[in-house]
Order: sequence, then structure tokens, then C-alpha cells
Amino acid sequence: MKVLVAVKHVVDYNIKPRVKPDGSDVDIAGVKMGINPFDEIAVEEAIRLKERGVATEVVAVTIGKANSQDTLRHALAMGVDKAVLIQTDVEVQPLAVAKLLKSLVEREQPQLIILGKQAIDDDLGQTGQMLAALINAGQGTFASVIDVKAGEIEVTREIDGGTDVVALKLPAVVTTDLRLNEPRFIKLPNLMMAKKKPIETINAADLGLDISPRLKQLKAADPEPRKPGIKVANVAELVEKLRLAEVL
Amino acid sequence: MSILILAEHDGKHIKQSTRQAVTAANAWQLPIHVLVAGAQSAAIAQQAAEIAGVAKVLHADAAQFEHPLAEDVSVLLAQLGRDYKVILSAHTAFSKSVLPRVAAVLDVAMVSDVISITAPSTYVRPIYAGNVLSTVESSDTIQVVTIRATSFAVPAAGGNAEVVTVTAPATSGLSRWIKEDRNVSDRPELSSARVVVSGGRSLAERFDELLAPLAHKFGGALGATRACVDAGFAPNDIQVGQTGTIVAPELYFAIGISGAMQHLAGMKDSKIIVAINHDPDAPIFQHADYGLVANLFDAVPELTAALNN
Ligand SMILES: Cc1cc2nc3c(=O)[nH]c(=O)nc-3n(C[C@H](O)[C@H](O)[C@H](O)COP(=O)(O)OP(=O)(O)OC[C@H]3O[C@@H](n4cnc5c(N)ncnc54)[C@H](O)[C@@H]3O)c2cc1C
Ligand SMILES: Cc1cc2nc3c(=O)[nH]c(=O)nc-3n(C[C@H](O)[C@H](O)[C@H](O)COP(=O)(O)OP(=O)(O)OC[C@H]3O[C@@H](n4cnc5c(N)ncnc54)[C@H](O)[C@@H]3O)c2cc1C
Repeated sequence: MKVLVAVKHVVDYNIKPRVKPDGSDVDIAGVKMGINPFDEIAVEEAIRLKERGVATEVVAVTIGKANSQDTLRHALAMGVDKAVLIQTDVEVQPLAVAKLLKSLVEREQPQLIILGKQAIDDDLGQTGQMLAALINAGQGTFASVIDVKAGEIEVTREIDGGTDVVALKLPAVVTTDLRLNEPRFIKLPNLMMAKKKPIETINAADLGLDISPRLKQLKAADPEPRKPGIKVANVAELVEKLRLAEVL
Repeated sequence: MSILILAEHDGKHIKQSTRQAVTAANAWQLPIHVLVAGAQSAAIAQQAAEIAGVAKVLHADAAQFEHPLAEDVSVLLAQLGRDYKVILSAHTAFSKSVLPRVAAVLDVAMVSDVISITAPSTYVRPIYAGNVLSTVESSDTIQVVTIRATSFAVPAAGGNAEVVTVTAPATSGLSRWIKEDRNVSDRPELSSARVVVSGGRSLAERFDELLAPLAHKFGGALGATRACVDAGFAPNDIQVGQTGTIVAPELYFAIGISGAMQHLAGMKDSKIIVAINHDPDAPIFQHADYGLVANLFDAVPELTAALNN
């Protein structure tokens, strides 16, 4: 079984981004970037499937500018077999990403496609479900356990107030939640080796798809700051304040 | 042109977040329709009809909707949705699974987790763990949108909409529901509770013992940080934050929580925030209305006892 993993190059999760002075966008120039944490979990899961003999080949794909290659190198260092960059300087929104991924799915014919449940920059959480609809496949969103059986896959999903389990016909799309696994640390030699591995580059424009942005950002702004609070000396004072605020 | 809201329910009751979606829909000043997909769900359709502001309820009753699967609900919603200007729902696990499929089938973009609607196709939504508010405009003819429920008020009852039956398409066969494991508790739902008592990993094995009595005092819900959940001290579904549940209660207790931005993203719109932490420099204090520098293992029992009097 071949597994395709979509990985996105995003601003590092430790970084608190700033808005540009003109309020047009977030300023990410020169900011530390890395693999979207949910996609690292997706890569880890695919590699474990291969280590267990369930998967035969793991392909990682990213869509974006040339610098997104760094995230593919990360996936290669973790152990994926093949890396593909679908290159574009256009800002690709989830629908466009899903269309581009679909074209790669048609070429590679994976039985399982694993994505993150959300990218931690834009937090849209749409791409996996959109891809599943476009290729008319079943989806297991917010996965915390996956179990590949004959011809189908069982996915435990983290939903509001608990979990549920669904069985999906293959090929299927899975999006990862935090508790699916804990990604391995990358050893330095693996990182060095990954630097030398080839990356296939496809020019997005050559695929002849409508990937134009449908959403336009009009403004980016800092949220309204909270008014500063106070420190209370002890529990009695805290109770007193809460009483005055009429929340008790 | 009208607005179509996808209702979410638990087999008996419409979720409060669906009602809040009706409030959000008022922004368009267009007729509001609600789609209820369920099995033996006439009573739920009736509840939808009674939400003030709803003009019509589309009711799809079919055995396969006993446990509605995204693959099936999305086909129905996309079919009906073609004739609407807006397809709307709350940003819950259910809608997050269904609406992107609908958007893809209709070849339109989707705008997720909207906190305000400023013009018919202009929305404000948080990005980067709520550190930035982005205003976006969608150029598509059909707008597919999920809203952050806590940003919209719960509307009054008192509606009296007509209920019309719609036919459910055959199941896709792409997926099958196997089982469900809901955490039963007598506490209110986390996302809509009036009071939330949250704890961090430092509570360790004493998470429940210390926090449950305090939550009980308020009839509140329990919440936790990711670190606390990852360590196995609290169940997954009560994680509050960017990648967990977003809450905005009247009163939020952050107990032994450092205040990482991913956690803040899920609770900083709470009306009153109380922080208890023994580190006076913990970042959480910058966001708390009332901060108490203390050892939580002393302060929490003391607080619970004080509230008894
Ligand atoms: C208003 C607006 C303005 C934007 N401006 C810019 C801009 O100036 N420059 C720019 O480059 N982009 C821009 N984007 C695009 C944005 O950065 C995201 O790439 C895009 O919206 C995808 O959303 P998401 O990452 O939140 O998707 P989600 O649906 O949250 O992503 C889920 C999963 O899909 C997969 N995935 C998503 N994107 C990719 C990808 N590119 N490659 C591989 N896998 C992927 C990953 O597995 C990820 O975990 C903009 C988007 C919007 C809505
Ligand atoms: C992709 C990604 C997504 C994430 N999503 C989320 C999310 O949705 N929600 C979330 O919460 N986190 C999330 N995180 C994790 C987040 O970055 C923090 O690691 C986490 O919130 C920290 O949890 P904590 O406050 O329990 O632990 P810590 O940061 O370890 O803080 C513990 C605090 O307890 C205090 N303390 C210890 N002992 C006592 C005592 N006896 N009395 C009083 N105070 C005490 C300490 O002073 C400290 O401030 C995410 C991280 C990543 C990378």
C-alpha cells in the first residue's frame, strides 16, 4: 500500500507573529519556519505503517514556494521514500491545495492519504476534507488511532465530548489529531543524508488547474488587548473580588 | 436568495451552537432556513422551527442519519445548497467535517471559524492562534462559512417556522459508523458552560480530586491544557486551546497553567479570568483579571471551602 502525506511549511509554533505596520498582512519575513506540527504527526504515522509492513512506500508532498523544500527535507530525514514539491508563488488556499493534491493522487494512486487536521498558521482545517470530496473518498478527520484492515481502515476520531470510530473504504483520507503519535527525533546523520536526496519539482502552472485565490485578505490586525488585571493577596480577597464582579 | 444552516444535534436536542449560528445569519438580512438531518428526528426539526428568526426547516429523516456521516450529509447539503447564497454552521467537529466537502463539491472557498461578519461577504477570523485577526473577503457566489459559536449570542425561542420534508440521497458507502464513546458527566458542555475550571499538568493525578469540587460549586465544566491531557491526567476532549475546544465563559479559572499562546487562543475571550500559579512571572498573569500567586495544592481546596460559606 502506498501512502501519500501532505506537509505544509509554516511559521514555527513558538513564534508570535506580528502584523505589518500598514495592517495589510502578517509579517513573516525572516521568521523561523518549519513543518506544520500536525503534518509531522502525519509523516510519523505513515513511516510507522511502513515499519510495520503495512505500507510499501511513503511519498511526501508540499505545495508552495521553493523554500517549502525545507519541510520536505524534514520529512525525508524522518524516513519518507520520495518527496515532491508542487511549486507556485501564488498564495494557495485550501481548495487550490486540494485540487493540486488530487492531481498527484491520480498519478501516484495511493491507498491512504494523510494530512494534518489543521495548519497552525491559518487554522482553516479544510484541506483534507476538500480533497476527500474531490476524489470521492471517505474521510477520517481528527484521527487519534488508525488501524488498517483488509480493504478498509478504521479510524478513531476525536470529536466534541469523546471519540467515535468509523470504517473507511480504501483509498481514504485521514487527518491527524495531536494524540495519534509522538513524532521521532531526527538524528543529525539522517538530516545530512536528507539534504542529498532528490526532490521532484512540479510546476503548479503546468497542471492546468484553477488555483486562483478566492479569499482576499483586506486587513490584518492585533486583537483588542484585555484591560490589565490585578494580583490579589489571598483566597479571601479573590472571593471578595468575584463577589463584587457578580459571578458567584 | 436565502441562508441555509446545517443543524447539529445529539439525536434528541439541537445544539446550542446551531442557535448561535442563527444569530450570526441575521447579519445578511435574508430568510434563514435550517437543515435537520436525523433518524426519527421530527422532534428535533420542531425545535429548529421554534428558534426565533428561522423561516423554514428542511427535514431529512432517514435511517442512515442515526449517526450522520460527513460523506452522506455533505451530499445532501451540497444538493440543497446550490440554491442558497450562504451555507452556514457552527465550527464544531461535525461541521468541520462536513462543510469543506460541500465547498469542494460546489467549487467555492470556505471561511472557517468566523468571529464577526462585517459585510455580506466579509468576515473577521483569528489566525496564528488568535494572535492576529484577519479580515477576509470571499468572491464566490455561494459563501460557505463556519462561525465560532462563543462570539454570537443565543437567540430567543418563539419562532414558528414551517417544516418541509426533503429526501435524503442514498448513502455513499464510502464509510461506515462503528461506535461512539462519549464521556458522560453531569457537567455542562465545555464549549457553552458559564464557568470553566481548567488545570495544567502540575495537577497530575490530583486533577479530578482538586478541580471537580470547584467546578461543581459553579455547575461549571472542566478544562485542561494540552500538556495535562498528553500526560494522561485529563481526557482528550476537554483540551482547551488552539487545537482543542475554544471557550468564552463568564468565568474561567486557569489553575497551574503557564499561559502558552496555544492555550490562550482557546480562552482569552472569557469575560473574567482567574489565574492561580506559584510563579509570579507566569505569562498567564498578563491575561488574568485576578491573579493569585500561590501553591495550587493549598489555594484550590481553600477556595472551594471559602465558596461553601
Ligand atoms: C486570506 C488569505 C490570505 C493568504 N495569504 C497568503 C500569502 O500571502 N502567501 C501564501 O503563501 N499563502 C497565503 N494564504 C494561503 C495560506 O497560507 C494557506 O496555505 C492556505 O490557506 C491553506 O490553509 P491552511 O493551511 O489553514 O489549511 P488547513 O486546511 O488547515 O490544512 C490542513 C492540512 O492540509 C495540508 N496542506 C495545507 N496546505 C498545504 C500545502 N501548501 N502543501 C501541502 N499540504 C498542505 C497539510 O497536511 C495541513 O496539515 C492565504 C490564505 C488566506 C485565506
Ligand atoms: C501544535 C501545538 C498545538 C498546541 N495546542 C494546544 C492547545 O490547544 N491547548 C493547550 O493548552 N496547549 C496546546 N499546546 C501546548 C502549549 O504550547 C503548552 O505546552 C501547554 O499549554 C502547557 O501546559 P501547562 O500550562 O499545563 O504546562 P506548563 O507550561 O508546564 O506550565 C505549568 C505551570 O504550572 C505552574 N505550577 C506548577 N506547580 C504549581 C503549583 N504547585 N502551584 C501553582 N502553580 C504551579 C508552573 O508555574 C507553570 O506555570 C500546543 C502545542 C503545539 C506545539
